Amino acid sequence: MKNELFKPEGLIQKADRRQFLKLGSLTVAGAGLLMMGCKDDEEMMPTMPGMVSLGSGDLGILNYAYALEQLEAAFYAEVMKGGYFANASAEEKIIMGDLEKHERAHREFFKVALGSNAIADLEVDFSSIDFSSRNSVLSAAKTFEDLGVAAYNGAGQFLESADLLLIAGKIVSVEARHAAAIRDLINPNSVDFAGDDLIDANGLERTLNFQQVLTAASAFVKTEIDFSQLPS
Amino acid sequence: MNLMKLLDSICPDTRNTTETDQFYSRREAFRLFGDFSKKVVLAAVPVSILNAIPTVAKASTESIIGVLNYALTLEHLEYRYYQNGLDSGIIDSADRPIFQKIRDHELAHVNFLTEVIGNVLNGTPVAEPSFDFTAGGNFMPFEDYPTFLALAQAFEDTGVRAYKGQATNVMESDVVLTAALSIHSVEARHASMVRRLRTKKGQDTVKGWITNNNIGTLPAAASGIYAGEENVSHAGVNVVNLTGIDREAVSEGWDEPLTMEQTLGIASLFLSDSN
Repeated sequence: MKNELFKPEGLIQKADRRQFLKLGSLTVAGAGLLMMGCKDDEEMMPTMPGMVSLGSGDLGILNYAYALEQLEAAFYAEVMKGGYFANASAEEKIIMGDLEKHERAHREFFKVALGSNAIADLEVDFSSIDFSSRNSVLSAAKTFEDLGVAAYNGAGQFLESADLLLIAGKIVSVEARHAAAIRDLINPNSVDFAGDDLIDANGLERTLNFQQVLTAASAFVKTEIDFSQLPS
Repeated sequence: MNLMKLLDSICPDTRNTTETDQFYSRREAFRLFGDFSKKVVLAAVPVSILNAIPTVAKASTESIIGVLNYALTLEHLEYRYYQNGLDSGIIDSADRPIFQKIRDHELAHVNFLTEVIGNVLNGTPVAEPSFDFTAGGNFMPFEDYPTFLALAQAFEDTGVRAYKGQATNVMESDVVLTAALSIHSVEARHASMVRRLRTKKGQDTVKGWITNNNIGTLPAAASGIYAGEENVSHAGVNVVNLTGIDREAVSEGWDEPLTMEQTLGIASLFLSDSN
């Protein structure tokens, strides 16, 4: 069954949304709906062409995660087509193949979860990465995976929904598993998998805020991202 | 998933006014704690700040102390396990730096949680229990390196699931939640490394991530540690059906939580009778 998660906006525009959901919950829940969003009270800012706005509240944070997963998925899709992957060791082929599938699954999950609230596809820019070079690919993978962990860890506190917090928690530990594996490929059997560059004297991994993460990501994304409505 | 509950939590305006006010006042109250890591370094929060927190938040503080003491118990277990392993000399010399690093992190977590429970939240941190890492004579982790590695994997994967299971129980405090998440990802890094180390040594075929509920070559007693990891549906969306990606890979892409009861069931195997 194809995922028809959202009723067309017009259907619920004037109705009390909760009432609608109660009445329509069979249809809606049966279709695997994740959320309807908060369209009623959202004043969507007009966005420039080629710019995406993440939106506000939990939906904005979901879009933030979706943006990062888009970036990661696009990266590994390119890796699979490049010269490094073609000549990689059996172990590294398995790891890259797994990461490509995991990130694509995350991306598709967020897309369907957000439905009509999802931001458009980001235009990526990987011109700084040499996909024929092991060093270049692994270094970029390390950046993306470490960034993903720090982003989820930093954003968790702003989620109001316990269900969404749990889902984010299910994903962030997998990103951390990835990050540790990539770091171990770069510097085998060292302590880099959980290096002091990321983990402080209290044993806590670094967190990054929305601006720090999106600034770092902007080196790889052409689309301008407006995150001004995210919680702070 | 309870759809109405989810919607309520995403759109607080759909609650009644009292609920909404309470919801925000509790979160606001906890924000008084400020930046945790700084607090811990700078020593205790003045009692006056704690007294300024509304009653409802104090009740939540009790509950958060309970969660943190549970986490502290697991950290005691992990720290003691690695310390004993390093002391025993069973660890391959090439791998010692890895386990020294992991031991350092677990000790830092013990100290951090003890400080937060005792000096920030004014609670009583649990003392270190006595452990029996042979689980009643069943395992010899300090005499057999593959067994040491197998139990290390079991503890790390359990730790990841245990923290994940408590995230929503501490979410009223932004700083506690953020600290818990920041420990959670460190445990996941450990788990990935130990799993891959075992496979590199030919002791297993596990990857850094958990495939279905596969226990690999771990003893059957480990099945509870991986029970439920085969889940591929999140928020009502079956991701295998959605994407066409194989079930193994989808299960790997999401880690699953353990309840406190499940976790303590696993950990209790390693508590000595003298406790």
